[in-house]
Amino acid sequence: MPELLLDGQPLKVDEGTTVAAALLLGGDGSSRTSVSGQRRAPFCGMGVCQECRVSTDGQRRLACQTLCRDGMRVESRP
Amino acid sequence: MSQSADIIIIGAGIIGAACAHELARRGLRVLVLDAGRRAATAAGMGHLIVLDDNPAELALSQYSLQRWRDWGRDMPADCAYRQNGTLWLAANAEEMAVAEAKYQVLREQGLDCQLLGAAALQAAEPELSQTLHGALKVGGDGILYAPNAARWLLQHAQIELRMARVVEIDHRRVRLDDGAWLSAEVLILANGVYARELCPELPLQAKKGHLLITDRYPGRVNHTLVELGYVTSAHNASGPSVAANIQPRPTGQLLIGASRQFDSEAPEVEPWMLGKMLRRAVDYMPGLAGLNAIRAWTGLRAASPDGLPLLGEHPQRPGLWLAVGHEGLGVTTAPGSADLLVAQLFGETAPLAPDAYLPQRFLGVAAHA
Repeated sequence: MPELLLDGQPLKVDEGTTVAAALLLGGDGSSRTSVSGQRRAPFCGMGVCQECRVSTDGQRRLACQTLCRDGMRVESRP
Repeated sequence: MSQSADIIIIGAGIIGAACAHELARRGLRVLVLDAGRRAATAAGMGHLIVLDDNPAELALSQYSLQRWRDWGRDMPADCAYRQNGTLWLAANAEEMAVAEAKYQVLREQGLDCQLLGAAALQAAEPELSQTLHGALKVGGDGILYAPNAARWLLQHAQIELRMARVVEIDHRRVRLDDGAWLSAEVLILANGVYARELCPELPLQAKKGHLLITDRYPGRVNHTLVELGYVTSAHNASGPSVAANIQPRPTGQLLIGASRQFDSEAPEVEPWMLGKMLRRAVDYMPGLAGLNAIRAWTGLRAASPDGLPLLGEHPQRPGLWLAVGHEGLGVTTAPGSADLLVAQLFGETAPLAPDAYLPQRFLGVAAHA
């Protein structure tokens, strides 16, 4: 089972779990904060709407299109 | 039939909104009808830029830029107005000579501009390719978010905005798609590329453009970056063409253009064209290749044969006034276009000589002279 760091907190998830699901399991469900300070969360779930942009290991990725890996660092804030 | 307003404007894009704003300021009751179709104000870059392909274009864009700088002080934050300046990028010695010639022309007009050598350009915009020869900086240019600027211009007690599609113009009245007729002393056609549907004799050609916007990367780019090849390639070519145009939005996003196609009015993003456009932008800003894009879309520019708008009364249809054919420069030239049109409407001396923009140059002389 992969264990990742979500905003600094360890989180164990099942193999095959997307980062979008991990955000819901271990965080507030949101992937980032918008220019106007709103928390933004996955919407379409299929890689089109671009709402679920999130930082994983320093790279910006779509949470719904990215699988959790062991040791992955996911940052949803600020 | 009673009059619906003093003036009916068809199209609530930036041109219709600027005309409505100026007419309302003069105390007229203005009804603006908009069909809510996808059009250039919503699709475009919102680049406020002085262009000097010919004296009339320079006069209209220079005058309008001054008006935007004045309005910019009062516009709400959501209009995203910034006077960030344009850098015209020279990729080789030949283009640097073009930059120098352009510098002379703009300086003669009293514009704030400056030539940058390779080192100065690198210092101003470190993300740019180090192979560039230099740039011309035009300090008075800016950017804004045109849909919100249009909304802001329409906020006036004398202006009513109604979502309705006009399907026919008959003398001083219009028929809506629900069959209702509305009338006014003066009609102004300001619906860009759709003007051809109501007025088929207008010599407007659609030029399709692609745009793409990145995720937020604040602080990487300061000025709007435009290649000088834009003058030689995109403007004058008759086939599909691309030119690097990189604009920093206040959100930290980068808006990337530009493409031109004459043979397609389909709204779809065409990957081959988008790819060509992005490769061109990456030539100028290599780091762009590592950034994430979040959206791409297209729009249509409504171009007249000589690239200048048609501003004035239709010579064969009294009461119908035209404010169309702005190609890619409608957001820039909206204030000047409105002032030129309204001055003619009131029989006043216009702030610029109106001749180069009169519809007569394509539509012939008045039938009722």
